[in-house]
Amino acid sequence: MKQNMITSECSRRQFLAKLSIALSSIAGTLVAIPVVGSIIAPLFQKKPETWRAVGAIESFKIGDTVKVEYLDSSPLPWAGITAKSAAWLRRVSDEKFIVFSVNCAHLGCPVRWVEGAKLFMCPCHGGVYYEDGSVASGPPPRGLYQYPVRVQNGQVEILASPIPITTI
Amino acid sequence: MRLLKSVMSWFEDRTGLVSSMGSIMRHPVPPGSAWFYVFGSATLLAFLTQVATGIALAFMYVPSSGEAYQSLQFITNDSTLGRVVRGIHNWGASAMIVLVVIHMVQVYLFAAYKYPREMNWLTGVVLLACTVIMGFTGQVVRWDQTAVWSVIVAAEQAGRVPFIGKWLADFVIGGETIGGATLSRMFAYHVFIIPGLIFIFIGFHLYLVLRNGISEPPEIGKPVDPKTYRDSYEDMLKKKGVPFWPDAAWRDVVFGFSVMVAILLLAVIVGPPDLGKPPDPSNLDALPVPDWYFVFYFALFALMPPELESYLIVGGPLIIGILLLALPFISNRGERSPLRRPWAFAVVVLAVASISSLWAIGISSPWSPNFDAKPLTAEIIGASTGPIYEGGELFNEKGCLYCHAISGHGGQRGPDLTNIGNRLSTNELTWRIMNGGLNMPAFGGTLTNDELSSLVAFLKSRKVD
Repeated sequence: MKQNMITSECSRRQFLAKLSIALSSIAGTLVAIPVVGSIIAPLFQKKPETWRAVGAIESFKIGDTVKVEYLDSSPLPWAGITAKSAAWLRRVSDEKFIVFSVNCAHLGCPVRWVEGAKLFMCPCHGGVYYEDGSVASGPPPRGLYQYPVRVQNGQVEILASPIPITTI
Repeated sequence: MRLLKSVMSWFEDRTGLVSSMGSIMRHPVPPGSAWFYVFGSATLLAFLTQVATGIALAFMYVPSSGEAYQSLQFITNDSTLGRVVRGIHNWGASAMIVLVVIHMVQVYLFAAYKYPREMNWLTGVVLLACTVIMGFTGQVVRWDQTAVWSVIVAAEQAGRVPFIGKWLADFVIGGETIGGATLSRMFAYHVFIIPGLIFIFIGFHLYLVLRNGISEPPEIGKPVDPKTYRDSYEDMLKKKGVPFWPDAAWRDVVFGFSVMVAILLLAVIVGPPDLGKPPDPSNLDALPVPDWYFVFYFALFALMPPELESYLIVGGPLIIGILLLALPFISNRGERSPLRRPWAFAVVVLAVASISSLWAIGISSPWSPNFDAKPLTAEIIGASTGPIYEGGELFNEKGCLYCHAISGHGGQRGPDLTNIGNRLSTNELTWRIMNGGLNMPAFGGTLTNDELSSLVAFLKSRKVD
């Protein structure tokens, strides 16, 4: 009888301990779901595809490479100037345009177009690209990224795209 | 007076804080710890300074991507003492990084990480990592042009992690582009998450210091043996131990005071770093360079072999982290004196030498084109008409100058061409310009025949007799 009581006492204790641990874990998990969810959810939301007009077709001279500015695809109201993006746009022929990302394919620094040398040069780690975006010198593992571009109703439009991330 | 006494005795009776704090403060420590032991407490002091000034800054700072820059200008230029508070926060950050590294090197050289203090070392490694992340995120919440490009550079590094790279990069940026979410998230890391971790791990670290005791200064011929160490340490404390307060603590206070005075002087005299241009990602006129403590790392990216880069970007920090965490398990017994551990000494010397040389070269960044190079004058060209003059002008116009110097004008990326005429023939010069080579782009496609021959004529005339 005494033996039995000890066992039942123990199992009651064990039960209460397990109950407490289980309840605490459930409460913690219930709070963690919205907390962690709200932190990581924005990273999985696909932004809508947005074409941004960057100027009338006749404002670009054939052969010239110019910087164009446009807004991100869905800027937050408080983003201010950080919603702006830029790209290097070249009018190749009457109807053909080519758009390069401003981000160096090495580590994302802003490349500059050097007209005299016909090169894109990066100020950070010495990446240099030819006119066609291919690597001319320095550490970039690949050429400059290009963005989709189209002509619509006489306007040149760029697809507002993510910052290109070089992955392996 | 009597009232105060009775209040104090009531407080002590109900809380017991005075006696327990007192016994912690007066716990016995090994004698002879001298000045080597002051860096940990000074790091803590620098951290507390960061907390205080960080709170003051949070009273004025607006963590909004669109408005943070203006609020920083307000803090720096218009608010009462805001410039000094920013200055302390900046120099305090530098102090914390310097001190935490010195503290780690001292612990390593004295082998204080050996039994039974392995966990002291491991919690310290976590605190070191937190400090580095605070340095980076702190530089980002100073939301100017460099901050924006630093976020992108960090995201690109994260992007090289296998499989989850793109996701990690988005996590760093707070989306697929810089925008409203970027700064809010960085602010949360810098102000809540990492400081919270630091508080937890400092608590843990200090608890372990009390539990395992401050390590005694190493002596040659007194190796650590886990079987006997704790007993002999207790014995030594009983025989020779001195109370931490004030016998050892006074040095911490004197050193901490000097650190504080230095931070304050730098904050008042030098002030906080200037804000750069506004955080406009469409302004490409940028020369992003990280704060001084990351300059050596920045240099590494320019100099490491491109084929290995993706592996090194991810693997380098990973291996360093693993080595630091593995250290107390690789060697947790034996000699502690640096005089008997020549390899430990060599590791420190090697690390200091390589980081310093990367620093030195990172400051001048010779691999970057010099966009501000002053054009060659007619005087340097040595002609005012004819092919040599035209070649000199082309040298200015075609961007040659950004990478090559002539008579002190120009960049350092490529070889100095001041006397290239002595070294290369006309044919060799033509070939090199047309086809490039090593790290030089080929210019064959962008120069006309006339331009090429003028340029070669100009370069051929760069001679020293």
